[in-house]
Amino acid sequence: MVRTYGTRIPNLPKRDLPGHLIVVEGADGSGRTTEVELLREWLEIQGHPVVDTGLRRSTLVSKQIDRAKRGHTLGATTMALFYAADFADQLENKILPALAAGSTVLADRYTYTLMARAIVRGATREYAQELYAFAFEPDLIVFLDARTEILLHRAIAKYGSLDYWESGMDLSLSRDRFESFFAYQALLKKEFDWMARTYGFHRVDANRTPFQVHRDVKALVAALFGKRVRVEIGGEASPRLTSEPEVSGLGSVANGDA
Amino acid sequence: MSDPVGPAPGSLGARGRLLVVEGLDGSGKSTQARLLVKWLQSRGYRVFFTEWNSSDLVSNVIRRGKKKGLLTPTTFALLHATDFADRLERQILPPLRAGYFVVCDRYCYTAYVRDAARGCDPDWVRSMYSFAPTPDKVLYFRVPVQISLDRKLASREPISYYEAGMDLHLSDDLVESYQRFQSALRRGYEKLVTSDHLVPIDAAKPVEQVLARVRGEVKPLLTGFPKMETLVHG
Repeated sequence: MVRTYGTRIPNLPKRDLPGHLIVVEGADGSGRTTEVELLREWLEIQGHPVVDTGLRRSTLVSKQIDRAKRGHTLGATTMALFYAADFADQLENKILPALAAGSTVLADRYTYTLMARAIVRGATREYAQELYAFAFEPDLIVFLDARTEILLHRAIAKYGSLDYWESGMDLSLSRDRFESFFAYQALLKKEFDWMARTYGFHRVDANRTPFQVHRDVKALVAALFGKRVRVEIGGEASPRLTSEPEVSGLGSVANGDA
Repeated sequence: MSDPVGPAPGSLGARGRLLVVEGLDGSGKSTQARLLVKWLQSRGYRVFFTEWNSSDLVSNVIRRGKKKGLLTPTTFALLHATDFADRLERQILPPLRAGYFVVCDRYCYTAYVRDAARGCDPDWVRSMYSFAPTPDKVLYFRVPVQISLDRKLASREPISYYEAGMDLHLSDDLVESYQRFQSALRRGYEKLVTSDHLVPIDAAKPVEQVLARVRGEVKPLLTGFPKMETLVHG
């Protein structure tokens, strides 16, 4: 049975949907995208069909959202609603059919990022919660939690600069991008901490290597599927595991990123 | 006032007035709104007139989505809310705060009845629009569905797929679907008369009588409302 956060969209099937919804949340630089790729690989090896989804990928709206962002033309409320429309489109046309078909939906960010962005731009928490009350409750929400200094270094290592939007420059927190980045990430963090409590996020320490993060995430996902994973949770990686094909692959990713 | 939509215009620093006209297609509300605007202008008031669904960026998406049949009741509702928010932020609030008499042809009430008729949770729809300031007055042009249909059929404009609620599959026949969908909208408006204090105007009457009624409802809003000279010369 699909459970939502309070509002049921029209035409929602009454029957149980056999699929699973797994959400990975975390700031840019938290290793989220790497983890989603690793998790997808791992799930498929386990025999789970995976459909992945992210923000702003719907055919209906995404082009216009890109246009709006480029021109900085839309106000905060308008943007919040526009993103919600985009999310609803994906929920109904991608996530719902995949769950109905028994797939595991792997979401690279979900409503929580959209809510946090809307809230730091002036929406109340209540407004954001009600707006997204039609979203399905995930079976598992993994929150990759990394310190702002780590996010900063990863952003600079990857892009050589700080992105306008990831620094929240539109909020006019500071004209200095470096200062704005810290102030903006602090505001987002506050909302993620609140949502972590409200929605039962599983917090994973993302200040570590992708290999260590992945080991913890695998354990969470395995628990969801009622499987045992041959890793020592919380301890050092067992040397024996590195001989397993999928894990040796991870090792190289970890080295490549370091 | 019970169950307000949002902050009253005054709380936003507004000195203007916000008047909304609502009703079914063919109820004559747009004609009356235009006549009202002319009348207010001729009497020396600063008037600003705005219609639903006129912001470029979002209405492009809506148009494209409608054409390709990509819209569901939920995305339909969210995109119209997006469009409304854009219009409110850009077109309605600035003149309202600058002291204009703002006349809106349709407001969030259109969404309340339309989205509910499409099966969306009414409380959810309301919560989406909670940012909209409560108007000073909402005139509801009440007509029987048959009059709405007759006027629609007499006009050159064809009945559109969504106006007829064809997406709800109420009937394969356009006219029958229109009647059933508009009846649902009408029931929605009638509920809002009580819950949101919409002022019903019998719009089945001759135009002159409706006009007199509209002016009668608008006059109290002009008490203490300055004319152009007063605004300019302080």
